[in-house]
Amino acid sequence: MKPAAFDYIRAGDLSEALDVLGRHGSDARIIAGGQSLLPMLNMRLAKPAVLIDIMGIAGLERVGREGDLIVVPAGVRQAALMKRPGLAGEQPLLAAALPWLGHYQTRARGTICGSAAHADPSAEIPLCLVALDGEVRLRSRRRRRSVSAADFFSGMMVTDKADDELIEAVAFPVAMTGTGYAFREVARRHGDFAIVGCAAVVTRDAVHLAVAGVADRPQRRSFPPLAGSALTDALNGFAWELDARDDFHATARLRRDLVRSLGQSTIGEAQRCLA
Amino acid sequence: MPRLNAATRHRVAFTLNGKPVSLEAEPRLLATDALRHGLGATGTHVGCEHGVCGACTIQIDGQPARACLTLAVQLEGAAVTTVEGLAPERDRLSVMQAAFRRHHALQCGFCTAGILVSLDAYLREQPAPSEQELREVLSGHLCRCTGYTPIIRAALEAAACLRGEPLSQPSDREPAHV
Amino acid sequence: MKIETISWTGQSLERVEDAALLTGRGRFIDDLGVRPGTLHAAILRSPHAHADILAVEVSAAAAMPGVAAVIIGRDLARLTTPMVAGLKVAVENWPMAVERVRYVGEPVAIVVARDRYLAEDALDAIEVEYGPLPCVVDPLASLQSDAPVLHDRAGGNLVSDRRFRYGDPEAAFADSAHRVEVTIAYPRNTGAPMETFGVVAEYDPHEDAYDILANFQGPFSIHAVLARSLKVPGNRLRLRMPPESGGSFGVKQGVAPYAVLIGVAARIAGAPVKWIEDRLEHLGAAVAATNRVTTLKAAVTADGRITALDWDQIEDCGAYPRAPEPATLYRMHGNMTGAYDIASIAIRNRVVLTNKAPTGLVRGFGGPQVYYALERLMQRIAVELELDPLAVIRTNLIPGGAFPYRTASGALYDSGDYVQAFDLALAEGRLADLEARRDAARAAGRRYGIGFAAVVEPSVSNMGYITTVLTAAERQKAGPKNGAQATATIALDPVGSVSVHVASVPQGQGHRTVLAQVVADVFGLPCEAIRVVVDLDTGKDAWSIASGNYSSRFAAAVAGAAHLAATRLRDKLAAIAGSQLGVEPAQIGFAGGAVFAKGDAARTLPFGRVAALSHWSPALLPAGVDQAIRETAFWTPPELSAPGEDDAVNSSLCHGFIFDMAGVEVDVETGKVRIDRYVTMHDCGRVLHPGMVEGQIRGGFAQGLGATLFEELAYADDGAFLTGTFADYLLPTATETPDIEVLHIETRSPFTPLGAKGVGEGNCMSTPVCLANAVADALGVAELKLPLTPARIAALVAAPEPALPETHRQRTGGLGAAKPGDRALRGQGQAEVAAAPDAVWAMLLDVDTLASIIPGCHGVSKLSETHFKADVTLGVGPVKGRYKAQIRLSDLDAPRAATLSGSVWGALGTGGGSGRVTLTPAGEGGTLVAYSYEAAVGGKVAAIGGRLLDGAARAIIGQFFAALARRASPARPGFIARMLGRRP
Repeated sequence: MKPAAFDYIRAGDLSEALDVLGRHGSDARIIAGGQSLLPMLNMRLAKPAVLIDIMGIAGLERVGREGDLIVVPAGVRQAALMKRPGLAGEQPLLAAALPWLGHYQTRARGTICGSAAHADPSAEIPLCLVALDGEVRLRSRRRRRSVSAADFFSGMMVTDKADDELIEAVAFPVAMTGTGYAFREVARRHGDFAIVGCAAVVTRDAVHLAVAGVADRPQRRSFPPLAGSALTDALNGFAWELDARDDFHATARLRRDLVRSLGQSTIGEAQRCLA
Repeated sequence: MPRLNAATRHRVAFTLNGKPVSLEAEPRLLATDALRHGLGATGTHVGCEHGVCGACTIQIDGQPARACLTLAVQLEGAAVTTVEGLAPERDRLSVMQAAFRRHHALQCGFCTAGILVSLDAYLREQPAPSEQELREVLSGHLCRCTGYTPIIRAALEAAACLRGEPLSQPSDREPAHV
Repeated sequence: MKIETISWTGQSLERVEDAALLTGRGRFIDDLGVRPGTLHAAILRSPHAHADILAVEVSAAAAMPGVAAVIIGRDLARLTTPMVAGLKVAVENWPMAVERVRYVGEPVAIVVARDRYLAEDALDAIEVEYGPLPCVVDPLASLQSDAPVLHDRAGGNLVSDRRFRYGDPEAAFADSAHRVEVTIAYPRNTGAPMETFGVVAEYDPHEDAYDILANFQGPFSIHAVLARSLKVPGNRLRLRMPPESGGSFGVKQGVAPYAVLIGVAARIAGAPVKWIEDRLEHLGAAVAATNRVTTLKAAVTADGRITALDWDQIEDCGAYPRAPEPATLYRMHGNMTGAYDIASIAIRNRVVLTNKAPTGLVRGFGGPQVYYALERLMQRIAVELELDPLAVIRTNLIPGGAFPYRTASGALYDSGDYVQAFDLALAEGRLADLEARRDAARAAGRRYGIGFAAVVEPSVSNMGYITTVLTAAERQKAGPKNGAQATATIALDPVGSVSVHVASVPQGQGHRTVLAQVVADVFGLPCEAIRVVVDLDTGKDAWSIASGNYSSRFAAAVAGAAHLAATRLRDKLAAIAGSQLGVEPAQIGFAGGAVFAKGDAARTLPFGRVAALSHWSPALLPAGVDQAIRETAFWTPPELSAPGEDDAVNSSLCHGFIFDMAGVEVDVETGKVRIDRYVTMHDCGRVLHPGMVEGQIRGGFAQGLGATLFEELAYADDGAFLTGTFADYLLPTATETPDIEVLHIETRSPFTPLGAKGVGEGNCMSTPVCLANAVADALGVAELKLPLTPARIAALVAAPEPALPETHRQRTGGLGAAKPGDRALRGQGQAEVAAAPDAVWAMLLDVDTLASIIPGCHGVSKLSETHFKADVTLGVGPVKGRYKAQIRLSDLDAPRAATLSGSVWGALGTGGGSGRVTLTPAGEGGTLVAYSYEAAVGGKVAAIGGRLLDGAARAIIGQFFAALARRASPARPGFIARMLGRRP
């Protein structure tokens, strides 16, 4: 289990990285934390011709604030965001979700943007981005653009990112007053990919529930604050719409059941935060 | 901008357990192979090469990292710590290592290096961990011999010892939820 | 001088092994240096469960940089013979496929290169043409008359069918008040040691001798198998084992076939060759425990007493019945009545072959399969007869005074007091408290259950038990096999220090520490004065066919042999000291590093002086003492005789007892099981090192927990292997493994030198069924299938599912859920294109159009009007691989519908599928292209990416139709021009 050969470029600044990416397109891969990419290289599932290491680029490792957005550049490791002072107040959903992300040892290396780029349908970062209606900031040699999370994730490990683009940063909206947040997840073991993950964002007027692990990408639905059978029906509809599949770890039935039950308890928890 | 060609070997220099080292590495050479076969630091073990088992955990600039998910070229300029660097002297054990021996927290010892390296990093961050916190840190490591309980006991005892506290009795501990 | 007597044995001393392991100075196989010029091997493995190898093209691989040799089955067959198996059937056990592959992961070729990276590069360049064959993965299906046959010459997949009868089971069943029955399909799992296999081999062409270093663990009966396969006498196969091994749990027995492969690779390459197995190889092809289908019936009296058992076991040994199989099926043969006093048994044992990896030793070895059935049966008896499960167990336990106890099928249980252990477990394990917790949980509406399991843990296998698979007449012909030869050597050097050497091949259990304790006690020396060496070399060390680290034989047999050797040497030293001190040898004592005349403190010699005498002044040796330098003891217990005429067999020397009790709570919403309390009571005879015994119990429990909740080596119906990584083969971690309560009683074995019994495997036998019984109690269900995954648990208690609301019906594809166990990837979709059906139809049959719409296509060639060949790069995200593809169109209904079938193959695996495309006129001159497909993926990509496959297949198939839609749309600029340009 050894990687196939590739050239390795230690980018000194972003424009260098973008130049190489522009030249090589899909034959090049960005490496940041490497926690998703390296297993694929070792198994030879991926055989890029060029790896572009962006972790030496100054400035990419600092989390920033732009108004009501927490901006997380490409070099920010998961552990660093988790340790950000005041994160639980700034965006409680992120603070709740991050400890579920892999393990202590992988969070120390893995980056937030890398998780977004990998676009695993069960992963926590894409789920939070979609739940919070966050944005993904893409950059190529030619242009910079910002894509809403809902548009960015387009399928199983497939995103709107073009081959010559990299994720410069992702941005999470900060917590709003009068809004409750909750995150819950069921996995086979601690740290495993979610069978189902739920993130709820709740105001007095609306409920937004995002679900990971069921469809080929995190999916969000919004509905008015329902209760009783109306809520049950709404969650049941959502559960069916996600077109759950059987796989080795769980059945489609369990996944739908978890959307119904975990969805409800996650919404309930978010509503209690509101009260 | 340094571009390291796939087909040739490139000099990579870093510090290993406080000492400067260097080796010649192709870009694709994994840090596990570089440490073990390039530099002879065979204490770091290879159990899965896909980042799950944790046997190869090392510290890069004080933070834990899976060496199997790290390229040797990524170690350039870093301060790397492996299990060989944990004891204060060659013929002594660290507080944690001694606690592992007292508690029979290892059997085959293959996973142990990674666990010790993780705990060393974690206790610097959190010197007074709960059992539950330790279990979560350890969940990034697979041990097939011990059932984990003696590892938890050793780690709690070593943490207390490092804080300068007297050794606690097992009955003082709150059981963790698993 | 005051002599202090210390008994080291029985103390939880710190282990002598640990300092090196804790500081990174362990000497595992991959930590040892190799000779300059050593080459590295990588192995190409089959992506098919069953296929003929039509052609292997290795020239491109052989020409790659650094490649020294590429070896295929034909080369192997030229230099070796198939490995001998325990069963007398016409099955050739090759360690690498010769003409046909029979399981996913079977070796097909070996590349030997300058380093592992280059070797793997070359693997990608080997092209193998396979002719896929139907396969069978289920043992019951394998018995069917129409099942694909794995080995044609064997005539079928049933390779052994034996019936046994002890006592009078027919009469007992005829007279019984009740019959209770369970049927169990026990899954495949494995020990998954953290260190994988490793081999370093060298061949000397002048001496025709192999020197092979491997992290093998025994049994050394395999040495004979390997030598014969390599076509050399045993003395030309020098098998060496490194000082440390990173766990085994039986599994490292399975490195044996690789000793042949790498040995041959070294011979062909003309240089030493090293191979370290990777984790994907290990999970897919190292060693699995057998999966087994068991039907167990009991004849039961009205008060719950069992008068007979009727076992029907169908053992699945995978694709090859590799030695020592079918030992998994027979290891428990003497103790098929477990902890119970049951006079009659009927047994039918069948062994079948399926298209899965071969099986072998895994901790528990046959016990998990047997006790899962037996102890589920005990619970079912209680439920069906409405009795207290504890009363049913207690009524049937072998009574206290009955030991040594002869079971119906011939085991001689050495010692025990099961009723006392059981009663003590209930009291010290606080059953009342557990029941109170259950009652409180249930009152609060939670699902809480209590489970029990009583298990007899056999240890120190009788080498003859495997021959029970043969009939008495066949055994007669082959000659009797029996015993359990253990060996140890004690040596004294010229300064009188003591060395111990054993053939126990430890895999992390701490043998060096325990041997030092035992030997130190014999010589009255400090424990740290004894040096123990455990790396083994069959070329110069003492060993026997029974040597090795298996059947929990260390404490009972090997430590006992060391004690025996040390005692013999001590008796010689006593004679020497007696002659020096002028007293009878019987009056000589050993303690505190001194040899002395008992009762006369003045007459004392330092131990070293007496111990060194044979070196320095052999002339002073007293009559009758030849030397006191080195003593090698062999020990085999007389109780282990060959199976009798009546098929009764004392399959193991020692029999420990375990009683487990668990309280669990099941979350029916998430399907997760939380272990509230777990109590395990053990009687393993004399405890030599309490810390290590506890370690064995806790480790065994964790593996049992894994088997219960997480671990399965899973195969799809089409033979694809699904659990090739540690993200799919799930081991319990610290957050899943609870602390447990360990209790002991001690009844010493009268049959072992130290009174000890094995203890390492028991919880692998007791824990899965104890936890399953607790879950069954919590949920009130009769049938459970391991592992108890969330989906399985939830399905057991699921109410009918809420239907899709009417309001949502429009918005979904309306796909039905797949059948359980059906792994086919299915999907459907549609696209509206702005071209008429005729035009779209023409595109589907056009090479250029196909080339432009097949995702990642590097070119299409036309084999016929409806048959195309393509080179494609397929993948999603960064996961990409190059494949060869074939596409066929059939069932043509121009211009309305066609069936597209395709197959792809490449280094990452294989795929195949078909879809029906329909073209319906839509809109103004447009077409609605609708498609549905069914596809299956196999090989490496299925084993490591199963979780993501469905989405990936959908994405790729979606890309094809999206491209078709784009291509067909005249609105796309340049479309017409391109079409015109290509077809003037």
